[in-house]
Amino acid sequence: MEYLLTEQQKTIKQLARRIAEERILPVRAELDEKEEFPWAIMKDLADSDMFRVAIPEEYGGLGGGCLELCLVVEELSRVCSGIAVSYAASALGSFSLLKYGTEEQKRRYLPDIASGKRLAAFALTEATAGSDASAIRTTAERVEGGYILNGTKQFITNGGEAEIYTVIALTAKEKGARGASAFLVEKDAPGFSFGKKEKKMGIRASSTRELVFRNCFVPEENMVGREGVGFIMTMKLLDNSRPGVGAQAVGLAQGALEAAVDYARERIQFGHPIISIQAVQHMLANMATEVEAARLLVYAAARTIDSGAKNFTEEAAMAKVFASDTAMRVTTDAVQIFGGVGYMRDYPVEKMMRDAKITQIYEGSNQVLRDAIAFELRKRKAKRE
Amino acid sequence: MNIAVCIKQVPGTTKVKIDPQTNTLVREGIENIVNPFDTYALEEGVRLKERYGGKVTALSMGPPQAEEVLREAIALGADEAVLLSDNAFAGADTLATSYTLAQAIGKLGQPELIICGRQTIDGDTGQVGPELAEMLGLPFVAYVSKIEDINSGYMRVQRMVEDGHEVIELPLPAVLTVVKEINTPRLPSLRGLAKSKAALIPIWTAQDLGVDKDMVGLSGSATKVIKIFFPQRVGGGEILQGKLESQVETLVDKLRDARII
Repeated sequence: MEYLLTEQQKTIKQLARRIAEERILPVRAELDEKEEFPWAIMKDLADSDMFRVAIPEEYGGLGGGCLELCLVVEELSRVCSGIAVSYAASALGSFSLLKYGTEEQKRRYLPDIASGKRLAAFALTEATAGSDASAIRTTAERVEGGYILNGTKQFITNGGEAEIYTVIALTAKEKGARGASAFLVEKDAPGFSFGKKEKKMGIRASSTRELVFRNCFVPEENMVGREGVGFIMTMKLLDNSRPGVGAQAVGLAQGALEAAVDYARERIQFGHPIISIQAVQHMLANMATEVEAARLLVYAAARTIDSGAKNFTEEAAMAKVFASDTAMRVTTDAVQIFGGVGYMRDYPVEKMMRDAKITQIYEGSNQVLRDAIAFELRKRKAKRE
Repeated sequence: MNIAVCIKQVPGTTKVKIDPQTNTLVREGIENIVNPFDTYALEEGVRLKERYGGKVTALSMGPPQAEEVLREAIALGADEAVLLSDNAFAGADTLATSYTLAQAIGKLGQPELIICGRQTIDGDTGQVGPELAEMLGLPFVAYVSKIEDINSGYMRVQRMVEDGHEVIELPLPAVLTVVKEINTPRLPSLRGLAKSKAALIPIWTAQDLGVDKDMVGLSGSATKVIKIFFPQRVGGGEILQGKLESQVETLVDKLRDARII
């Protein structure tokens, strides 16, 4: 398939693949087993400039956009999406700055994020606020020179490992979603600590942790955007990041497909490799077709964003929903093709199947995103577009 | 600290085929790579530069397409690269190669350190490093596994020997060959790749180097490859059966008959 990538995009994709195969492949099973954060890999990614791809040149980046980010995430996820998500979550953590940060905030934080010296993270979810993000309870009370944060964030990717957090908190509790604001909180801020480290089904090399704020003071210059725009800003940022989750799912599915083809060629049953059985061939053909379709949808959504489109909720949601559902099906079928050994941890496909599930859940569950797609359809019909 | 690193383009390890008619390597369609041992030499040069300042110049003698490995060297941190390429250099053995490299190093101005890999994976002789030191009249240590310290014109290195390590102090300038234990080479960076694509890599010919034509290429070579062949596969074999004692007796008889014992 011709993806119409530029020379620079091809170079990014090739180098990301090389890092995945040379550095991630030898350690992915061990990091999954030990649930260990992949610091050595983060350093390799930093040294190879991967954290720079989607940051403007004036802040030490390479000036790419959503597509460049997706290419890296896809290639890393092809080998281990648990490691890829730590990379992707840092990018998500930088989005608030990139889209809404002041010049001063950008200069202060983006160069370190671009060089990979400091990881970033994004914190919205709470125990009471999952799909209903407007139900957050963390508060930010106005005091002289800044705000005092109180509350607990849950399931935060890169929690405890990242040094720069974008945190959504209520500056006006009574206004609900319209009273939310965004803050940049540094890891060593007084009153900021880390709670429970989650034990997960998949993406186990990544860190998922609670953030605990107890009278945590944040200076006013660390507010991103204005008071009260935190929620709408969050929705926009997640529209930006969803193709990245789609890319994660595409990479995962691609890895599972390749593993299944390799195994089906080697595995002899009834005197022949099982790839000569039509039932297996058709499974592989469907897997390959779906992966390709998902990839093209993810690239198209990313290109829509990079073209400067204003509203891309629908495209981003479609890419994420379709790619993650594809990843779940393809990884499940890969385990099926492997049969009994596919269920064992000696082969990589059971991990891929475990890793795939989260892509249907996080950054907007696929059900909530279908609501969003349907909402856009109805809106268009009403406007007779 | 100015450092020269000598690298060679070689065929990818497992894919070497020999043309049975001409006894030469089949190079068509073969992927070329940087000689793996040279990647450790380059990485060590770049690390020393990062620690002590200065610059790293990568040098390679070879056909025009050897420019590829020099571009890779720039992507991996070399500041400059020079390709030594001329029809007159073709067919060089290690002696003629070392001579040509030594002339080029002279033309670079005296680097304080010259680093080579321990050997190439195609020729496997391990001779170019020591010959180069001899021609340049510089101290030389082979199989270096660690550079401990560089201080006021001296360096202390560890060298791998069969039953352990030797620690050697030597004055600079010097020539080293390094083993793979010395470091883990980095991967290229995106900015390094961009720099390498744009880099101008000068080509120095025999005339540029002002070399004696009888000392380079085939005519400067002291050795000549007469024949390349695969060892004959000896097939067959025999599995002895029966009681252990009789098997041992049969085996000893057979070995005596074959005049092995």
